[in-house]
Amino acid sequence: MLAATTKSDTRYELVVGMEVHVQLLTRSKMFCRCATDYAGAPPNTRVCPVCLGMPGTLPVINRDAVEATVKTGLALGCEIAETAVFARKNYTYPDLPKGYQISQFELPLCIHGRVDVDLPDGSTSPIRVRRVHLEEDTGRSVHEGGYSYVDLNRAGVPLMEIVTEADIHSAEQAYAFLTGLRSVLRYLGVSSGDMEKGAMRCEPNISVRTPEQKARGEYGAKVEVKNLNSFRAVRSAIEYEMRRQIDVLQSGGAVEQVNMGWDEERQRTVLQRTKESSDDYRYFPEPDLPPLALSRAWVDEIRAELPELPGAKRARYIRDWGLRPTEADALTGESLVACFFEGAVAAYGEEDGKPQRMANWITGELFRLIYADGEGQDLRQIADVRIAPAQLAALLALIDDKTINPNTGKKVLDIMYATGDDPQDIVAREGLAMVSDTSVIDEAVASILAANPAELARYRGGETKLFGFFMGQVMRATQGKADPNAARQRLQELLDEA
Amino acid sequence: MTHDKTAQDKRALHELTIHAALEGMRSGEFTSVQLTQALLDRIAAVDGNVKAYLRVTAEKALAQAEKADRRRAAGDDAPLLGAPLAIKDVLATSGVETTCGSRILQGFMPPYTATAVARLNDAGMVMLGKTNTDEFAMGSSTENSAFFTTHNPWDFDRVPGGSSGGSAAAVAADEALGALGTDTGGSVRQPAALCGVVGLKPSYGRVSRFGLIAYGSSLDQIGTLTKDVRDAALLLNVIAGSDPLDSTCLETPAPDYTAALTGDVRGLRIGLPDEYFIDGMQPEVEASVRQAVAELERLGAEVVRISLPNTDKALPVYYLAATAEASANLARYDGVRFGYSAGADSMFENIRRTRGEGFGAEVKRRIMLGTYALSAGYYDAYYLKAQQVRTLIKRDFEQAFTQVDVIAAPTSPTTAFRIGEKVDDPIQMYLTDIFTISANLAGVCAVSVPCGFDKANLPIGMQLIGPHLGEETILRAADAYERATDWQRHAPALTGRAS
Amino acid sequence: MHLTQEEVRHVAELAKLRLTEAEVRQYAAQLSAILDYAERIQEVDTSSVPPTPYVLGLENVMRDDEPQPGLDNEAALSNAPDSANGFFRVRAVFEE
Repeated sequence: MLAATTKSDTRYELVVGMEVHVQLLTRSKMFCRCATDYAGAPPNTRVCPVCLGMPGTLPVINRDAVEATVKTGLALGCEIAETAVFARKNYTYPDLPKGYQISQFELPLCIHGRVDVDLPDGSTSPIRVRRVHLEEDTGRSVHEGGYSYVDLNRAGVPLMEIVTEADIHSAEQAYAFLTGLRSVLRYLGVSSGDMEKGAMRCEPNISVRTPEQKARGEYGAKVEVKNLNSFRAVRSAIEYEMRRQIDVLQSGGAVEQVNMGWDEERQRTVLQRTKESSDDYRYFPEPDLPPLALSRAWVDEIRAELPELPGAKRARYIRDWGLRPTEADALTGESLVACFFEGAVAAYGEEDGKPQRMANWITGELFRLIYADGEGQDLRQIADVRIAPAQLAALLALIDDKTINPNTGKKVLDIMYATGDDPQDIVAREGLAMVSDTSVIDEAVASILAANPAELARYRGGETKLFGFFMGQVMRATQGKADPNAARQRLQELLDEA
Repeated sequence: MTHDKTAQDKRALHELTIHAALEGMRSGEFTSVQLTQALLDRIAAVDGNVKAYLRVTAEKALAQAEKADRRRAAGDDAPLLGAPLAIKDVLATSGVETTCGSRILQGFMPPYTATAVARLNDAGMVMLGKTNTDEFAMGSSTENSAFFTTHNPWDFDRVPGGSSGGSAAAVAADEALGALGTDTGGSVRQPAALCGVVGLKPSYGRVSRFGLIAYGSSLDQIGTLTKDVRDAALLLNVIAGSDPLDSTCLETPAPDYTAALTGDVRGLRIGLPDEYFIDGMQPEVEASVRQAVAELERLGAEVVRISLPNTDKALPVYYLAATAEASANLARYDGVRFGYSAGADSMFENIRRTRGEGFGAEVKRRIMLGTYALSAGYYDAYYLKAQQVRTLIKRDFEQAFTQVDVIAAPTSPTTAFRIGEKVDDPIQMYLTDIFTISANLAGVCAVSVPCGFDKANLPIGMQLIGPHLGEETILRAADAYERATDWQRHAPALTGRAS
Repeated sequence: MHLTQEEVRHVAELAKLRLTEAEVRQYAAQLSAILDYAERIQEVDTSSVPPTPYVLGLENVMRDDEPQPGLDNEAALSNAPDSANGFFRVRAVFEE
């Protein structure tokens, strides 16, 4: 049913705006000093009278959370407000202890940002950031057997909300925006960005419109999709919603402005029961918290702490080190990977295409080992591998000076990954050094030729593609340790001796 | 009948001021245990009629008194060591039930103590108990207490004022040497005036609000109810000062307020605002206050006629701004984490019923008003407009304090009214705060001191308003006036039809 | 300014208050009277007047990011009307 409509998609423009909630990596909560390490903790053990909303308690602002938000705003190209004000957002739910959430409304910390998103096809699209503001997380409820069980460990954890303009026009763009955003958050060290753990939550507002509507500056009815637990789910939900909405319109219906949830199993959006009939939040300035004044000096201080961001790193790798865009992308997505790469290049050298060779080894061999390591496909594990960047540089140097050949290098890397030993020690211990002694190679070649008279005859009869067969036999006879160039040269000479 | 306490050779222990009691304990004349027991005896004797206390913590009080005596024996002379005081029940006290005079908080045992109370504890206070209040400090008579109405010690048929009516009545009836109250729109000063004691509302930000169960957060301030001005200064010395738990509490160090009590008001410029002497106020109140100002003039102060032109807007501004804040502050009473739960079997219905049954009529009225003032379509016309007019009211005071040091005015337009007289007419009840709310809106300090009696022998209070952090000036003026008069030496009749 | 009973019910729902019909009637009348009284602020020209949500000129009051222990589970739940297995417990979430 859905597939049939896809060919007419071009009649409609997809319009998506994104709200992203990000938990900040502070040690204490936003407005009280409870620890934020609630993951795996028993319920209601990271709580105090303040985050339980007990009568008479008052909030106090966590400076690090403010600075993390400003830092994020700067990284997203935002203007930083001279004055930012916390406001009470009033709504009722048992996991919202005070009956209001302290958030920001009219005067958020950051406004008017812009992120340029690079797509796989090489194109770049700008996505405007409307605002970045700071608020507090709610608790969590588990529903079971006619009861709700409320755990307030999470209540009050600093939460940053990033809101984009409706500048996203494909699921791919949304995906690229989110992965890019997560990358920036991790570079800044402000959030783990882990969607699976709820540290990053995305709510796309999805609508479609006809060119005529677009010409009139109109939008279609928005559907907000909640509880998306992965970037893939965001992409799938957008694609699904787009097709669903087009379908509704084409069958003469109207899209309803509703909240939907994502059913991961059935890969479809489902209508969400509304929690609360009212969305009149009655925002007003939080009288318990004096405003924030973001002086030029303070903002400059925060700006000075900004690291080189992924986009800039990627450009530098391509420009200064001649990397191909593919590897430059792969190395800059995670700051920990880029950090490893830069350490390895520093030890290995920047000349003669060395950075590209190092990039190939990291994105090829090292990533393979990390991915195979069972801990899930998370490249941040590079920080925990037992190989130091300088050790990987040493391995490549052994290949460069022909102590070992590249294939042996991969074996050595496997051992390094398992043991953390230096490559020189592994090569010596395992006797893996290349054989470039021509007498040893000559002996091997001679015995191979003697053992395969038929193939030798066919070769000499003009079937030169059999060179590969002989080469393989020679490498096998030397247990792979023969210097392939030396072996190739001697084999050629001896084959051609008629 | 009134009798003059000074006529007696020696006052009973429960009649002492805090500073006199401290002198007595310092000189070894009596111990804190003796003093505390005297107060507990007094409470046992009269509180059945006054009903100032929601709960008396006799055992804890005696234990604290014993500890105070041990500390004193060990050479300690903390500023309030062994002084028995009462605490309004909107201040959280760890391990002692704290209800705000509301059914919704019945049984609530806070695991924390309000900073101001903690400081009194550190200074050696003996806490006698928690005093009655209008529910969530919303009211001017204690008639909005969910538990009972406190009676005015001068006439049991009349209200003590409110919302700190329990604290004011306890001090007036010698059931505590002094007490803490809270003042959002006059809730310390108005009951002080109606009960004939001294009521101090410090400047906003002077005393930490941590543990003060919020009504109107931008207006709430903890204040003192005492038998004289010196005691007010003594208590303020202890409770004033910055608190890392309250972001709206000022870092400005608190001076020794007793040092300001020089008795000298020569050259002090006192402003008399036209707008505070209006038609409809009780003539005896106007006469007494004018006479009190004349007394200050006689003592060397200079009296200046001033204008606070937006005074008649203060009441509506207050009832929109305070209730808007209250509507959010009281949203946390949902029957989940503490307090009353109606036990309905669906989530939101339980919240609605818990609140519908747990809150009293006035609290619900104010939550409704505040919710309305913030709601879509009305925010600009009510909440925002009120906060803008509040700016003008604040500017009126800033302007006035360029001309004068202190503003003198009546505290309440009338003396204590009869129980039940205004309960059915919210606006009439709200109008009793007409002279006190401006100080809260502007964040300035004010003190009410006894300045006479009406024909029915009910006390009248004069309010001295000072600029922000002008506590030393208003206390100096109030103290000088008090020294020159003897109103505070009159004792209440402790009679009425209710007895 | 006259508040209808319908409006009173709407505001009561925003405020999550279950009111009796008598209360609805009473509040409609009383809130209308209070709002009438409050009309006097509408005549004040505030076109260039900023609001005063805070009376103090304080700004940037913050604390360091240093955790400290809060309440243990028993203390956290000790005032709760209902709890189970370390959680606050409330009746079924959804209605209607």
